[in-house]
Amino acid sequence: MADLTNNFIGIKSPNPFWLASAPPTDKAYNVNRAFEAGWGGVVWKTLGEDPHIVNVNGPRYGAVHSHDRRLIGLNNIELITDRPLQINLDEIKQVKRDWPDRALVVSLMVPCEEAIWKNMMRQVEDTGADGVELNFGCPHGMSERGMGSAVGQVPEYIEMVTRWCKENSSMPVIVKLTPNITDIRYPARAANAGGADAVSLINTVSSIVSVDLDKMAPEPTIDGKGSHGGYCGPAVKPIALNMVAEIARDAETAKLPISGIGGITNWRDAAEFLALGAGNVQVCTAAMTYGFKIIDELTSGLANWMDEKGHANLDSIIGKATPNITDWQYLNLNYVAKARIDQDSCIKCGRCHIVCEDTSHQAITEKVDGKRHFEVIDEECVGCNLCVSVCPVENCITMEQMADGVDPRTNSPINKNYGNWTQHPNNPASSA
Amino acid sequence: MTGKPQNAGAAALATDLHAPLTAHEAAVEADRCYFCHDAPCVTACPTDIDIPLFIRQIQTGNPAGSAATIFAQNILGGMCARVCPTETLCEQVCVRNEAEEQPVRIGQLQRYATDYQMATGEQPFQRAASTGKKVCVVGSGPAGLACAHRLALYGHSVTIIDRAAKGGGLNEYGIAAYKTVDNFASRELNYILSIGGIELQTGVALGTDKTLAQLKDEYDAVFIGIGLASVNEARLPGSELAGVRDAVEFIAQLRQTKDYSSLQPGRRVVVIGGGMTAVDAAVQARMLGAEDVTIAYRRGVERMNASQYEQELAQTRGVSIKCNLQPVAIAGDGAVNSIELEYTNDSGDGLAGTGETVVLPADTVFMAIGQAFDDGPLQGTALNLSQGRIEVDDERRSSDPAIWAGGDCIAGGEDLTVAAVQDGKLAAESIHRSLTA
Ligand SMILES: Cc1cc2nc3c(=O)[nH]c(=O)nc-3n(C[C@H](O)[C@H](O)[C@H](O)COP(=O)(O)OP(=O)(O)OC[C@H]3O[C@@H](n4cnc5c(N)ncnc54)[C@H](O)[C@@H]3O)c2cc1C
Ligand SMILES: Cc1cc2nc3c(=O)[nH]c(=O)nc-3n(C[C@H](O)[C@H](O)[C@H](O)COP(=O)(O)O)c2cc1C
Ligand code: SF4
Repeated sequence: MADLTNNFIGIKSPNPFWLASAPPTDKAYNVNRAFEAGWGGVVWKTLGEDPHIVNVNGPRYGAVHSHDRRLIGLNNIELITDRPLQINLDEIKQVKRDWPDRALVVSLMVPCEEAIWKNMMRQVEDTGADGVELNFGCPHGMSERGMGSAVGQVPEYIEMVTRWCKENSSMPVIVKLTPNITDIRYPARAANAGGADAVSLINTVSSIVSVDLDKMAPEPTIDGKGSHGGYCGPAVKPIALNMVAEIARDAETAKLPISGIGGITNWRDAAEFLALGAGNVQVCTAAMTYGFKIIDELTSGLANWMDEKGHANLDSIIGKATPNITDWQYLNLNYVAKARIDQDSCIKCGRCHIVCEDTSHQAITEKVDGKRHFEVIDEECVGCNLCVSVCPVENCITMEQMADGVDPRTNSPINKNYGNWTQHPNNPASSA
Repeated sequence: MTGKPQNAGAAALATDLHAPLTAHEAAVEADRCYFCHDAPCVTACPTDIDIPLFIRQIQTGNPAGSAATIFAQNILGGMCARVCPTETLCEQVCVRNEAEEQPVRIGQLQRYATDYQMATGEQPFQRAASTGKKVCVVGSGPAGLACAHRLALYGHSVTIIDRAAKGGGLNEYGIAAYKTVDNFASRELNYILSIGGIELQTGVALGTDKTLAQLKDEYDAVFIGIGLASVNEARLPGSELAGVRDAVEFIAQLRQTKDYSSLQPGRRVVVIGGGMTAVDAAVQARMLGAEDVTIAYRRGVERMNASQYEQELAQTRGVSIKCNLQPVAIAGDGAVNSIELEYTNDSGDGLAGTGETVVLPADTVFMAIGQAFDDGPLQGTALNLSQGRIEVDDERRSSDPAIWAGGDCIAGGEDLTVAAVQDGKLAAESIHRSLTA
């Protein structure tokens, strides 16, 4: 059985699945239940200064559903903890004492003054928690007060606050990044420069999830008005994966540990984050959708896959896909692929034909010998993968490499050598 | 006859065979549709309903648009959703069969959308300004209603005559009770007539009250949709005995009564036939309380007109189906008490009795061996017939250029509600073209 134990910047946990700082980690009651269910660690719901903030007393969430109402994306306008600081600190201390083998990290968000951060670090250190996570991510409510993503969007502030925290405590410091920024490498580099032990990402994406067309107001609607919130859940996973990869392959931050967050719903999602360079993962929406029991699927799914592939421990998968992320200009333009339709599994819905015909390259037949029959016309197929993407049957259409011979579309022989855009004759700046 | 008291089974007559989908079920089911290109289901639907489109409209929360898509091709889309043998039409060719042997439930979704719209009482259509043209539609079954509605839509004024006391044809008198509960046939009739410009005269028969020649005189065009008014006769010893009944007539009575006690078929029932009518009579006899119900069909099971699905329906309702059995004689003393049947061999070039017989006890024998066209009402006007029914061209025009026909009464008719609707619609289009040419 694969070994799932995780050592993230010196913080140990029995598995790499932590609950992200959010409602599931807001109180001892929830965290105890999470640990009983088997979660490896938690990042406690973000603490702030007293007097504690208040939340709205109406709906906080909006959702995007699939048609059978599976939750695809969740949006929230919740703020950081709305309980007094001391209650949280007391509970953290007790929970850590009761669960010494689990990771317990405390999320923090206070105004940008060194004295305030210093005082906060000292109080957290007293609880015996394993580390802190600096919440520079929330896109709503707190940012208007100069905290959360208002800090996360200014690399200089990130570096400054990170440095204060490192100088005033011996605890590991994780900096949680906001995705509401054009290039994620800048805040990551700033955290690194400030001495952060790790970054975690992503926090939620600024969003309006839907509009109530009767009230003519965004949802969730509070007394006729709505404001933007933070988007999370399966829909944000592609955004998060890219940002993790950007940091993992940036020369300046390549060695900076990453806690991957964003839309992780099943073991496969987690494995993808790990492969792209995350040292562990955090989960929020999936737990808020299905409850804590999903941890059983996450751990058993990951372990079974690792066993099947012969990965003994997490180190043998973390970052394994990172070297294969490159820039478009370095992709091999001499690689030729054509779509192939497996006629045995084809159910003849015809969607591949109509999308290729209407919106792409007219490369799939509609009829052959007068019969409904869908087949790729190699002379026209550019290998774009659209048909594969829209086909309702898994593995019915596949992209097959054309390794030799002549590409019937271009009438050019297949060039077996690697050749990219920087070397291409059509590139005015070509080096070839 | 035993005059058994009403039993719990009778409640089944008033209960939908398939409960309508809830909004949630409809959303989940609609999501299963792949929105196929040149969808096979559309080709399979005799009325060419744009099925992927109406399902997508349900999926996007636009049931009114969905109903408009359906009604544009089939104004009896509500009835068709209940009675079409979808397992041999649209759902048979659904690509989901290839994927997981479970088609999208098109009929049920069609019901969902049409129920939604009919509950509003509004039609998604506006009648065109009056053209001053008059058309007579003979027969108010699905063929006549579809024809009348389309003509009214175009602004022609339509008179429907029907010899029965109520309009609707077999929708009102023939379709199994459990397929059209809560008076649906008459509600649909009223919904269709609400387009305006249609006058329905019941109790007026072609042949006796009006001749075709008179109608041709009085109207600019005539459509005939009089269905099949007579039944095939089985001349058997004993067929005059009490308790030997025509299945279609039995169903018509069943559909028109609330007091089932007068219709009790007794404990033991034998139904002769192998089509939809045989199945409907057998299942409804079970629901009325008969204990042993047997369908005896003279050929092999593969030749039965009732679909596999209908056969299974009968079997799960406790009907036993026996094939290769033909009736020889009915016995009884005043009233039937048994029927003798002979085993058969269908060699391909004809059906032959094997000589071996069996006697089944029976309190009622239902004859469901097919209906036939009665050309009596056409007397005096020479219309070409073919296969014993009215001959029409692709536009449903008969050999007389002022007369169109459709539904069960035409040659090549499929004896399906949905096919009758298509005939009526095509005929109306042709009549409209000819009246406005
Ligand atoms: C018992 C039974 C069950 C069936 N079940 C199904 C089913 O589940 N699904 C399905 O798709 N199909 C079913 N069918 C077939 C379907 O009902 C018919 O195909 C369809 O009703 C034909 O429509 P139509 O308009 O041609 O004729 P009809 O519905 O028969 O209507 C003919 C109308 O003409 C009137 N008429 C007749 N003679 C005259 C006259 N001389 N003057 C004036 N009016 C006249 C009649 O009173 C009647 O109203 C069933 C048929 C039967 C008998
Ligand atoms: C209701 C709600 C409240 C949240 N509150 C916090 C918070 O207080 N601090 C924080 O760092 N992140 C907060 N988050 C963000 C999550 O920790 C996490 O980064 C984000 O939801 C993405 O992960 P997911 O897709 O698994 O949900 C919150 C998310 C939700 C849904
Ligand atoms: S009318 Fe009948 S065959 Fe046509 S789509 Fe509707 S249910 Fe299917």
